[in-house]
Amino acid sequence: MPAVVNPGDRNAIEEALRIRERFSGRVIILTMGPPQARRALEEALAMEADAAVHLCDQAFAGADTLATAQALAYGIRKLEHFDLVLCGDATIDSGTGQVAVQLAEFLDLPGITNVEELTFENGRSLLVKRTWEKGYIKVRVKLPAVIAVTDKINQPRLPTILGIMAATQKEIKNWSAADISADVSRVGLSSSPTRVFEMSEFHAERQGEILLGSPEEVVTRAINRLVKLEAL
Amino acid sequence: MNSRVEGKSQVWVWAEHYQGKLAKVSLGLLGKAHELCLQLGGGEVASVLVGSDSQELVAELIDHGSDKVYLADDTRLSPFDTELCTHLMTELIQSHQPEIVLWGATSMGREIASRVAARLTTGLTAHCIDLCIEEVSGQRQLVGTVAGWGGNIALKIICPHRRPQMATVKSGILPLPEPRKRSGEVIPVKVEDGSSRLNIVEVVEQEEVTSLEQAEVVVVGGWGLSSLGGFQAVDELAQILKGSVAGTRPALDAGWIPAERMIGQSGKTVAPRLLVTLGVSGAAQFATGVLSSKFILAVDKNPDAPIFEMADIGIVGDLKDVFPLLAEKLRAIKGKTQGKIASPGR
Repeated sequence: MPAVVNPGDRNAIEEALRIRERFSGRVIILTMGPPQARRALEEALAMEADAAVHLCDQAFAGADTLATAQALAYGIRKLEHFDLVLCGDATIDSGTGQVAVQLAEFLDLPGITNVEELTFENGRSLLVKRTWEKGYIKVRVKLPAVIAVTDKINQPRLPTILGIMAATQKEIKNWSAADISADVSRVGLSSSPTRVFEMSEFHAERQGEILLGSPEEVVTRAINRLVKLEAL
Repeated sequence: MNSRVEGKSQVWVWAEHYQGKLAKVSLGLLGKAHELCLQLGGGEVASVLVGSDSQELVAELIDHGSDKVYLADDTRLSPFDTELCTHLMTELIQSHQPEIVLWGATSMGREIASRVAARLTTGLTAHCIDLCIEEVSGQRQLVGTVAGWGGNIALKIICPHRRPQMATVKSGILPLPEPRKRSGEVIPVKVEDGSSRLNIVEVVEQEEVTSLEQAEVVVVGGWGLSSLGGFQAVDELAQILKGSVAGTRPALDAGWIPAERMIGQSGKTVAPRLLVTLGVSGAAQFATGVLSSKFILAVDKNPDAPIFEMADIGIVGDLKDVFPLLAEKLRAIKGKTQGKIASPGR
């Protein structure tokens, strides 16, 4: 599987870049993953992020959301300073959207997900619009905070040729578990509370009846079946 | 491992509600919690309910299978303040030590559950499509089945060493239990840590068209509709069947539907009485969104499309030929049914 930036994370990067354009500041991209995750960081740098950090260590491997959030929290604490942590709302793989909130908990910061609009107020607090099933709510929160954005928040830019060229000059820092002083009993597979213990190919269980024939014939038979099943 | 409090194992449900109505997903979870108790060989179902003036909701929770209701009747506790709800749930779990805690995978439920799991350093299996108790390594454990890697694989996930075992389930997956008049115990509780860093400024409820999750009939269009030049067929059929319109990922990418009408792993889960798919090939990531549909009628021209493995009735054919006939015949039938209902003496 080629490692690329998750679509949701592109929205987070775009929002960070827009904040930088409005207020100045630095956009640092942080990811945890195997060596091939570097590709995603290169893509983010080509979108014109300022710097990138790759948390890469066998000790991080096999992490569930909790152990992933722990490792990311160690990495972020290692950064000299930050005001806002932006995340995508879900990864392609699992779509659980848990990591952002758990990261907030480990950093002891407020965390808000499903955010589709954010406004800075006097530089020290944010007013965010987050969606819920029946509408939206507006929440005010002091910085620093962890915010997970949806794909409605913006339209991510594509890397430009100049951006791609500039990116090759930017350094990607590789940090091991030791570099970020991570307690190895809190990261990776061994400290993930959840385990996959069985995997099987996905099967939808249904007794399907497949109808082949002339359109007139199959449609009539299908409708007769539906009527008989009281499905209409 | 944590030491267990003596007594029956407890299976808890986070009871979500808004404007005096319990979320369907919470009621579905109560039914599942009851099943899990039976599989555990005994136990109690408890719900945690936040909010003042909730006597009716308490009764509803009990009638749907709650043996106990932990009621936090506290005006500070807005269900939208995920920080306060996290404090409350963490405190309650620590003092009562339930074996299992179930949450709806709603936007608020997900957030609170994730945070509670982190604070208690326990596992949270998200977006389960099934939950059961199985004996694994000599221990009866909660097994959550989730669709992994784009939905092609079913993963069974356990949380062997930490308690409680926690899971979220999306709306529309679980059937609603039949309510019956029962009695249960109400236990008033309060939150010790009343601090929150969230300032809820405004809660806005937007007008809903019929919500997809509640729809009785759903008509879904996929990429195969491009042979008809667009999505009109879905609209037409939905109108005839008085159903809701939805689409697949390719339909979203084609700009035929808004994101909130997309069905599948990364979109909505539906559980209608009748689901009709037009030109949907049925990739596994789509399948996880329609599993609980009662009947599925599928039309697609590729006889090998996976949609035919999940459909009750599959029509193999070109939409250009099949659709006009299908629409015509259904229109005739639906017209007749309405006539019958309207006729006197019935």
